[in-house]
Amino acid sequence: MSASPILPAFPHRHLLGIEGLTAAELTTLLDMADEAVAVSRQVEKKRATLRGRTQINLFFEPSTRTQSSFEIAGKRLGADVMNMSVASSSVKKGETLIDTAMTLNAMRPDIIIVRHAQAGAVQLLSQKVACSVVNAGDGAHEHPTQALLDALTIRRNKGRIEGLIVAVCGDILHSRVARSNILALQCLGARVRCVAPTTLLPPAIERFGVEVHTDMKSGLKDADIVMMLRLQRERMSGSFIPSSKEYFRYWGLDEEKLACARPDALVMHPGPMNRGVEISSEVADGGQSLIREQVEMGVAVRMAVLEAVAQHLPDY
Amino acid sequence: MTNPLMTNPLMSSRTHLRALINADLLDPATGRRQRGAVLIRDGLIAEVVRGALPAAPEGAEVVDCQGALVAPGVVDMRAFLGEPGAEYRETLKTASRAAAVGGITTLVSTPETNPPVDNAATVDFIRRRARDNAIVHVAPAAALTRGLEGQELAEYGLLLEAGAVAFTDGARSIANARVMQRAMAYARNFDALVMHHAEDADLTGDGVATPGELASRMGLTAAPREAETIMLERDLRLVRMTGGRYHAAMITHAQSVELIRQAKDEGLPVTCGVSINHLALNEHDISGYRTFFKVKPPLRPEEDRLALLEALEDGVIDVIVSDHNPQDVEAKRLPFGEAAAGAIGLETLLPVALRLANAGSVSLARVLDALTARPAGLLGLACGRLAKDTAADLIVVDTDSAWVYEREAIRSRSKNSPFEGGRMEGQVLRTLVSGVDVHVAG
Repeated sequence: MSASPILPAFPHRHLLGIEGLTAAELTTLLDMADEAVAVSRQVEKKRATLRGRTQINLFFEPSTRTQSSFEIAGKRLGADVMNMSVASSSVKKGETLIDTAMTLNAMRPDIIIVRHAQAGAVQLLSQKVACSVVNAGDGAHEHPTQALLDALTIRRNKGRIEGLIVAVCGDILHSRVARSNILALQCLGARVRCVAPTTLLPPAIERFGVEVHTDMKSGLKDADIVMMLRLQRERMSGSFIPSSKEYFRYWGLDEEKLACARPDALVMHPGPMNRGVEISSEVADGGQSLIREQVEMGVAVRMAVLEAVAQHLPDY
Repeated sequence: MTNPLMTNPLMSSRTHLRALINADLLDPATGRRQRGAVLIRDGLIAEVVRGALPAAPEGAEVVDCQGALVAPGVVDMRAFLGEPGAEYRETLKTASRAAAVGGITTLVSTPETNPPVDNAATVDFIRRRARDNAIVHVAPAAALTRGLEGQELAEYGLLLEAGAVAFTDGARSIANARVMQRAMAYARNFDALVMHHAEDADLTGDGVATPGELASRMGLTAAPREAETIMLERDLRLVRMTGGRYHAAMITHAQSVELIRQAKDEGLPVTCGVSINHLALNEHDISGYRTFFKVKPPLRPEEDRLALLEALEDGVIDVIVSDHNPQDVEAKRLPFGEAAAGAIGLETLLPVALRLANAGSVSLARVLDALTARPAGLLGLACGRLAKDTAADLIVVDTDSAWVYEREAIRSRSKNSPFEGGRMEGQVLRTLVSGVDVHVAG
């Protein structure tokens, strides 16, 4: 089999983060994902792109939706998918990471999807294996496929990303989703705002080129997209904010606060939601919500990413 | 009180005469630099001759320095040496060999061993182990509080008698102000030096980087630099209350420099140190999650580094330390947040400091003072000067020669150097401890 004569439009073997990608590369992935949406809506959803390839989903943190999304994406492309959830308590975490990477590498997989609680862990693992690596979330660093699926959802609903005002709201300090989204949306020309209580804002966040708000109503004013973040349960009671009740009162998205955004504003959430903490049920299930569509786009984006990195596999 | 420098067997056994001639003598204590010679007898400096040596004394072994710099050996006030309890990371033998190559002739060991150095028996153990295994002097620092737990005072008097040279809880801060006040007041009874790691551990939390754009982009938990200044301000108030001799072990922040400067202007018995890592590296070195650059406190922005260099030149910062902290590979081959903090530094302390001097960041005389005379003076050791009847702990240095610090050449038991592969300027040609060669460049 000979190598493709056309240079791949996505020139990276791994997808470790949004940082370092160009607008053209992001657009390529989104275009590929649009095609994957069409495939996924057919009765016959199966492609042969990854036939004979082995994909391992290596999750050091529990995850239902991201892991199943990657699994479905891989299977639709014809890959053999294996899920591996590593209990983080049994062995010292980091040892497990390198040891597991070496062990898995010896099984000659083609693509490994990794999620880990520590920033930089996926990059570290990518240095130890011969196959392609896709970051499914590393600590508070990046979650690139989430940012891509959010961008795809926005583009399909608004027809564009450039020039839109996107308010990212909630626990930005601990959020890899926020970091990847800020990078991706800015790269594609959106104006990004960060709206959060001061204790949940990362230091020097304004240096990312975002507008910073601590008040939801001013932060949401004229926004085209309101993107809510999940607040981890362990951060709700006293350490970063006094209570979930107070948090919902000032930073939870309800209809009153949403009314400050543009009338055609759309609401997003990476899931899983804490209803009544960062978002009210009325808004989550309301007409402006894209939350369910995000899940569908997740599979399509992951198909696109798998295809894009697979172009760099030997004998593709 | 025993002389800690007497631990080394090399010192007492040699009676022969040596002469280092054709030397470019630099005495950091005075700043004087002059051609001359050093005569050594019985492990001590017998005479420092300015100008040409009239004639080498009869029977003296003559070493021609060929114009190379001769200065006192380095006194490193902060090094983790592994024994007892962490011999897999470092031993007195391996550390002392690395030290000899790096021109260090006295190592002050930190007490964070297992068991910790909080009783006279453990001080004695280290001194005996050093006597038998180390080729440079080892001067133990003992714990400020029992078990390094920050609650009960250690036996400063008995520890001093056993040979401890200073008191510190290592990288641990004493959070309880009342304990710290009593430690400083009680230390006064013996004129003991309290070396404190000024850091509010609660404010630091699990932070591993300095707050700012870089840490936020990398998704790393950040620890505010104010954790250092808050603790330092508290400590300086306690110095005013107690009058005890206080040494801030390692400052890293420009604002800490100002606090120390004010305290010194006030006339308080306050001194401070800085690690070579914080002088030579900055926060951007951790890019790519390079765990060899993970140190505690974390590397700081360039503004801080420049302020530290300036304070070193001004003398606000008294001493430079290696903060030698050997970690085995497994402790570093981890994601950044989980990796152990610390860097080895015995072999690179002097060469990196000389590189800073060669670059004009700080003067050679001040760098050497901060590595020799100043720490020796704070610890009350009879070394660190080119003076008659002090220990003949000397280094012969080619200050210009360029070389690369290769991993294969690392003598430390652990290899976690942030300077691996780095270009050095200045090489130690010969190291003498108590008049005896412990390293001669091959």
